[in-house]
Amino acid sequence: MTGLMNPQAAVQPLEQSPGYWQSVLNRLLQDKVALGAGSVILVLFLMALVGPYIVPADPYQSSILGRLKPMGSPGFPLGSDELGRDMLSRLIVGARLSLLMGLMPVMFAFIIGTGIGLLAGYAGGWTNSAIMRTIDVFYAFPSVLLAIALSGALGAGIVNSLISLTIVFIPPIARVAESVTTQVRMRDYVESARATGANAFTIVRVHVLGNVLGPIFVYATSLIAVSMILASGLSFLGLGVKPPEPEWGLMLNTLRTAIYTQPWVAALPGAMIFITSIAFNMLSDGLRAAMDNKR
Amino acid sequence: MSAPPLLSIKGLTKHFPLKKNLFDSLLNRGDVVRAVDQIDFDVQPGETLGVVGESGCGKSTTARLLMQLINPTAGEVIFDGMRVGSRDLPLKEFRRQVQMVFQDSYASLNPRLTIEDSIAFGPQVHGVSKQESLARAHDLLERVGLAPARFAARYTHELSGGQRQRVNIARALALQPRVVILDEAVSALDKSVEAQVLNLLLDLKDAFHLTYVFISHDLNVVRFISDRVMVMYLGQVVEIGPADGLFDHPAHPYTRALLSSIPAMDPEHRTEKAAISGDPPNPINPPSGCRFHTRCPAAQAVCSQRAPTLGKLHSPHLVACLMYEPDSGYQAKAIA
Repeated sequence: MTGLMNPQAAVQPLEQSPGYWQSVLNRLLQDKVALGAGSVILVLFLMALVGPYIVPADPYQSSILGRLKPMGSPGFPLGSDELGRDMLSRLIVGARLSLLMGLMPVMFAFIIGTGIGLLAGYAGGWTNSAIMRTIDVFYAFPSVLLAIALSGALGAGIVNSLISLTIVFIPPIARVAESVTTQVRMRDYVESARATGANAFTIVRVHVLGNVLGPIFVYATSLIAVSMILASGLSFLGLGVKPPEPEWGLMLNTLRTAIYTQPWVAALPGAMIFITSIAFNMLSDGLRAAMDNKR
Repeated sequence: MSAPPLLSIKGLTKHFPLKKNLFDSLLNRGDVVRAVDQIDFDVQPGETLGVVGESGCGKSTTARLLMQLINPTAGEVIFDGMRVGSRDLPLKEFRRQVQMVFQDSYASLNPRLTIEDSIAFGPQVHGVSKQESLARAHDLLERVGLAPARFAARYTHELSGGQRQRVNIARALALQPRVVILDEAVSALDKSVEAQVLNLLLDLKDAFHLTYVFISHDLNVVRFISDRVMVMYLGQVVEIGPADGLFDHPAHPYTRALLSSIPAMDPEHRTEKAAISGDPPNPINPPSGCRFHTRCPAAQAVCSQRAPTLGKLHSPHLVACLMYEPDSGYQAKAIA
C-alpha cells in the first residue's frame, strides 16, 4: 500500500490488466460461433421460462378430429401430434422439462464429481487409487445402459431419472477433475505454496481450484447435450417423464408411430434436441478457446 | 566458522523406489534410485553456499529435501539447533524461516493470481492480515525493482522471464525468511538479465541478512556468488570448501575435471580434449567403492573396493577421495 500512498505514484494511472474472467468474456464476445450458439441457448431458456404464457394453444388439449395434421394447417402452425395436440405449443412448453433434464444432472454431477476428483487428485497415492478404481467400476458401464439400469431400479419419474443421470455423469467428470488436479498438483506454484506452510485446504482453494475449474467446466458443458439425449432416451423408454407431460424425448417416442404418415412433424422434437445439443457443444468449444489466456 | 551452523544436514538420504509390481512395493524390495545418499553439510549464518554438479547428481533433490517438500528416506535437517518437525520447530515455522526460488519462473507462479496476490499469499498463511500482506508485497516489489503501481495488478504471462524471477524472489522474501534456497534460480535467464538478478540477490542478502543455498550447474556464477562451494556427484558430496580455495586448488579429481570443463577465456589455455567423458553411471546401481572410479583419471584398484569418506584436506576444505586418506591403500604419486 505504501507504493500507492505516495503522491507520485497516485498521479500516474494504475496499470490494471482486466481480470481473468473479464478477459475470457471479452474473447468470448469476439467469437461469432459461440455468440450464435449462446443466443440460441438464450432463446431456449426464454422459451422454458415464459413458454406456458406465450403458447398459441393449450399443449394438453387433444382433439380427435385434429390428429396428425401436417405443418401449416390452420390452427396448427407446426402440425399436430397423434392425439391432435398443437405441436408448436408442446415444443415450446417441452423446452422446460428437456432443459431441466439436460442441465440439472450435469450441474449436480459437476459439483460432486469435481469434489471427488479434487480429493483424489490432490491426495494422490492410495487415496487416489481407492477413489478412482471405485469410479472406474461405474465408468465401465456404457452410460446409456447405466442410466437405464439405475432408472429402472429407482422407478420411473422425473426425480428418479435426474438422480440416475447425475450418477451417470459423476464418473467422467470426476475423472477429468482428477487428471487436471494431478497435473496442477505437480506444478511449481503448488510446490511453492506448500513451501509457505499452507495447509492442503488453503492450497486447493487458492491455487488449485482456479486452475482446474475451467477445464472441468468446459467438459461439463459438453455433457449437457449428452444428458438431454440420455434423458430423452429414458423418456422414450417410459422411464423418465410420463405422458401427457410435454418433453422432447417423450414426444419423439410417441410420434414414432406417425413416422410414415407425418415424417416432418414426427421429426420436430428430434430437431429441437439436435439444435439444443449442438448449441451447447459450440458454446463449450468457444468457452474452451476463450479460457486459454495464453493464446 | 566457529559460529554454530544455521542449517545442519546429517545423513540426508532419498531413495526413490522404482515401481515394479504390487508385491515388490508391499515387501519393500526392488530397485531404488539413490538420488541423494548420506550427505552431511552445514550452512553458516550469513554465507552463500554454492552447490554444483552435473545433471542428475541430486542437487535439486537436496533442495527439495531441505525444504521438506519430499520426505527423506533417512537423515535429518537441523535448523538453528532444532530438529525440523520436532516440537521446538514445527514444519510450518521452519517453512517461514526457509524459502525457495525455483528454476522455472513461469511454472512457479499461479497464472490465475495477480502478482501482488501471489506474493501476499505466504504472509496470509502465517496470519498476517490481507491489507498488511499486500502492503508487504508492494514494498517487496519496490525492493526487487518492479514498480508496484505498474506491476502489482498484473498476471504472470504479462511479464518477462527476468521480471517473473524478481517476483519469485519477492514471493520468497515475503515471509521474511532467514535462509533462501535458490534452485537454478538464474539458470533460465539470459546472460544480461542473469547478471542483474544476481546483483539483486547480493543486494537483498545484505539488506535482509539472508543466508543462501545457491544451486547451479553454472560454475562461473557459483564462483561469483558463493562463499563456500559444495560439489556433488551421484548423490554424494565429493568436495566442500571455501569458494576461492576450491576453485583455485580443487582436490578431488571430479572437481578438477568439472572446473577444467569451463571454457578458458585465454585462447592460449584452450583445452583440446574433453575434461571428463561419458555420462554419470546409473544411480540405481552406483559403482562400488568410490562412485567416481569409473570415470576417474587417477583411479586405482582400491578405488572400486573402498568408499572414501568426506575428510579434512586442510581446515575448512573437505574432500572425499582415497588419494587423501592415509593408509587407504592408494599408491600416492604426489599429485597434490
